[in-house]
Amino acid sequence: MTPIRSAFLRGCLASAPFVIVVIPFALLFGVVATEAGLNLLQVMLFSFSVFAGASQFAAVQLMQDQAPVLVVLATSLAVNLRMVMYSVAMAPHLGAAPFGTRALMAYFLVDQSFAASQIEFERRPDQPLADKVAFFFGTVTPIAPMWFAATFAGALVGEAIPPEYALDFAVPITFLAICAPMLRSIPHVVAAAVSIVAALVLAGLPYGTGLLLAAVLAMAAGAGAEVALTRKGVTHED
Amino acid sequence: MKIDPATFWIVLPALAIGTYLIRLSFLGVLGNQPLPAGLRRALRYTAVAILPGLVAPAVLWPAATGGETDPARLAAACVTLGVGIVTRSVIGAILAGGVTLYAVLWL
Repeated sequence: MTPIRSAFLRGCLASAPFVIVVIPFALLFGVVATEAGLNLLQVMLFSFSVFAGASQFAAVQLMQDQAPVLVVLATSLAVNLRMVMYSVAMAPHLGAAPFGTRALMAYFLVDQSFAASQIEFERRPDQPLADKVAFFFGTVTPIAPMWFAATFAGALVGEAIPPEYALDFAVPITFLAICAPMLRSIPHVVAAAVSIVAALVLAGLPYGTGLLLAAVLAMAAGAGAEVALTRKGVTHED
Repeated sequence: MKIDPATFWIVLPALAIGTYLIRLSFLGVLGNQPLPAGLRRALRYTAVAILPGLVAPAVLWPAATGGETDPARLAAACVTLGVGIVTRSVIGAILAGGVTLYAVLWL
């Protein structure tokens, strides 16, 4: 077995457990997006072209609430801003690859491929570039096809579910479930609390701008709390 | 309410391209540049600053009940959050929240 092939297989294995999370998440997106009035083609284009679950749910919810295009875009893109950090973290390891390869890897830079690759590259920083690239593509191999297939299945199911079974609460539950494990440090809890309170207080502002304002306040509160804790000698986790 | 097709066809390409450019930023173009500490700090809290605020009104004032606080939805939200914090399992939290929602609705 060549080293590249084994790096690829190691990547597949490292991200295989994430499939358990990706399948129900994509299924739910297919169902929710279909219930929101999107057809099969639109739902599939959504998952293919955006390929970022949380922002897809956010965009669907805001479009359903008839928020203006700019607010939908600003909020959904803000959800994806965390991927700037992923891009920064991958650059030292994968940055020497040809541009075409990097452009393709960027499309596949999702939560799961980042998490698995980050652990691997920190553990074995000295492995050859070809191995790192092969590992990275390995991590998306179990994830991406499942994301598309489960979206498709969810969209078919969604068409069959009568509107009486309104799944209005599937999105809030999903978002709370995504957030809960993130509340791993005091600044994260502070950011979430400010986000909730500010969003409720500012809910009356027009065009969904209250949420954007709440998000900015919450981000500042989280960062501020982190600075304050660091000064007091309590170090943060990452 | 259903999504307006015109809105969808504007949002989809813009969101897809924007998300791709975010992913490409440092890996594809900017390379090994250090991120300013302040920016790095703010980015850490993006998801947790937006998602709770996005759902808070839907939890307290659901459109499905005409904006009146609904015990089933409130209970489901609390259970989802609690199970998620304790178990750190996204799927476990979703299942627990879903079961709570339908159990209380059915009662």
